[in-house]
Amino acid sequence: MEKKVFERPRYLKKASTHYCPGCGHSILHRLVAEVIEELGIGERTIGVPPAGCAVLAYDYIDVDMGEAPHGRGAALATGIKRVLPDRIVFSYQGDGDIAAIGTAETIHAANRGERITVIFVNNGCYGMTGGQMAPTTVTGQLSTTTPGGRVPLRDGYPVDLSEMLAVAKGTVYIERTSVTSPKNILRTKRAITKAFRTQIDGLGFSLVEVLSPCPTNWKLSPVEAARWAEETMTKTYPLKVIKDLTGTPGQDGN
Amino acid sequence: MTKKAKKGRITVDREFCKGCYLCISVCPTGSIGISGTLNQKGYYPVEFLDGKNQGEESRCTGCTTCAIVCPDVAIEVYRE
Repeated sequence: MEKKVFERPRYLKKASTHYCPGCGHSILHRLVAEVIEELGIGERTIGVPPAGCAVLAYDYIDVDMGEAPHGRGAALATGIKRVLPDRIVFSYQGDGDIAAIGTAETIHAANRGERITVIFVNNGCYGMTGGQMAPTTVTGQLSTTTPGGRVPLRDGYPVDLSEMLAVAKGTVYIERTSVTSPKNILRTKRAITKAFRTQIDGLGFSLVEVLSPCPTNWKLSPVEAARWAEETMTKTYPLKVIKDLTGTPGQDGN
Repeated sequence: MTKKAKKGRITVDREFCKGCYLCISVCPTGSIGISGTLNQKGYYPVEFLDGKNQGEESRCTGCTTCAIVCPDVAIEVYRE
């Protein structure tokens, strides 16, 4: 008897996304929808999409959504969570959104220990506006505003926002993963599940940083972009559990 | 008679596929190929080879690796 072992999750609308071929956003949308379905929280989840490529996330993930002004995802999520504390509130933000224009809101929300979950998609550039240098662009990476590669003495060093937030006392769970291989995609799903659980248990602020390929702006094929993220980006942003005070076993059972 | 290997099958939604070919790069049995005709968006979508290139029955085991990496959820996987 043949049975279906993989299908579209219930909370992902049957729509073709506007993302480029090989984009990490669409993989991550699916993972978020799968986790929401598995935890059975679809009817009480509220998402906060960012400005950036994922601005239309509400067209794809089938839960309530409230669009945030650029960078203010954590602030808006704070407001929603404080007014409706029984809801599960997550913000979905890119690196230009969370690590440049929204740094202040994010750091203060984390420091207050707001009981929200942040999904932080790091592709090392401003994807929607055409691939300019972002704070998270790694040293030597080509972008339209650093055509010869990012030089730290001229352009500054890449910002490691997750490590910065780990210092804040209000944060409970921070992990960095990627969506560049089947193994890492499954790790990302477990990390998102744990981040949502942290919020359901009311422990505090949780964040999952996801390294995501941007083939169009990196000027690579989707397969090459995934490899580049895995080989080069992880040197600056190693994949690991950065902070875990939840008291539950982590990815590798420790 | 030897025990038959676990058999699988995938279906590809041609209009959802954007031709990133991540699935081809991760398929352990080489069961996915590129279709010779364009879809409406102008991409060459992937297709399930079903043994076409191997001169035998499909070797797909239904491991779901292709569906896990597919950004556009164009692949559904069936297993016996």
